[in-house]
Amino acid sequence: MELASIEKLVKKYLNAETSVQEETSLRNYFLSDNVAPHLDEYKLMFSYFQFNKDETYTKTIQLKPENTKRKNLKWLSVAASVVLLVSVYVGKTKYDEYQERVLAEQTFAKVENALKMLSTNLNKGKSAFNNLYAYENTVNKIFKAK
Amino acid sequence: MNQSDFLKVVLPFKDKVFRLAKRLLVSTEEAEDATQELLFKLWKNNEKLSDYKNVEAFAMTMTKNYCYDRLKSKQASNLTLVHSNYKEKDTSLDKRVEYRDSVNQVHQLIENLPEQQKLIIQLRDVEQYDFDEICKMLDMKPTAVRVALSRARKTIREELIKKHNYGVS
Repeated sequence: MELASIEKLVKKYLNAETSVQEETSLRNYFLSDNVAPHLDEYKLMFSYFQFNKDETYTKTIQLKPENTKRKNLKWLSVAASVVLLVSVYVGKTKYDEYQERVLAEQTFAKVENALKMLSTNLNKGKSAFNNLYAYENTVNKIFKAK
Repeated sequence: MNQSDFLKVVLPFKDKVFRLAKRLLVSTEEAEDATQELLFKLWKNNEKLSDYKNVEAFAMTMTKNYCYDRLKSKQASNLTLVHSNYKEKDTSLDKRVEYRDSVNQVHQLIENLPEQQKLIIQLRDVEQYDFDEICKMLDMKPTAVRVALSRARKTIREELIKKHNYGVS
């Protein structure tokens, strides 16, 4: 292409007034080997654009989520809830046992006290019997004497 | 839409998504992650996908928004972008190897542009979308696109001339 028309296009290009087709012809010109020296900077620009376009996404596209991590998280929460349930259950039974034991000790103490009281009172009553014996002895003595 | 149909739709523009993501996010790894994420998002919405007339434009818009979000969250967590590595993976383009240094100069210059101009330069000068498509993708008015593009092109050119003259004198 003629230099004059290229220069015109370049001016339009700088003002962002070129169409895609015009830019393609500019690109072709600047990527060729005979570029006018005073337009050297455009050569750099266009070769960079071209060069950049060659860069591609090389990784394989993965359409499934990274399962392992999410699954692990899911299972982790399941395991945590199970552990929580078990610990609550065990704790509850232990606590109940403890409560029961305390209650048993208390009732035991009460019964013990009651029994002690009973036995002391019984002993008191028993001493009263001695008087009865004294009476019986004297009665026997009297009847024997007859 | 089954998997192979989806891939048929997606494959033609996956590289464009990747390049756009790389333009904004700078690092190749991040761009790869972003591309994977976006394609997966598209696949999850594949029932709705057939309702869109232009899946490609839709994907580019998604890419733009996704990258903006990433950049925002990065700034929020006070991470700075580290991009000392401008080497490209492809070595097959032997004939352009001699340009590489100066070509990388252009890369750096584009890096310094505001994000919107980066996007427009990428979409127009690299991917060669026409203005209507760019307007749709970026949700901008045509005049605004033209102004931004013109500014970006002029900036790159002036900076290149500056560097060139500096090297000579």
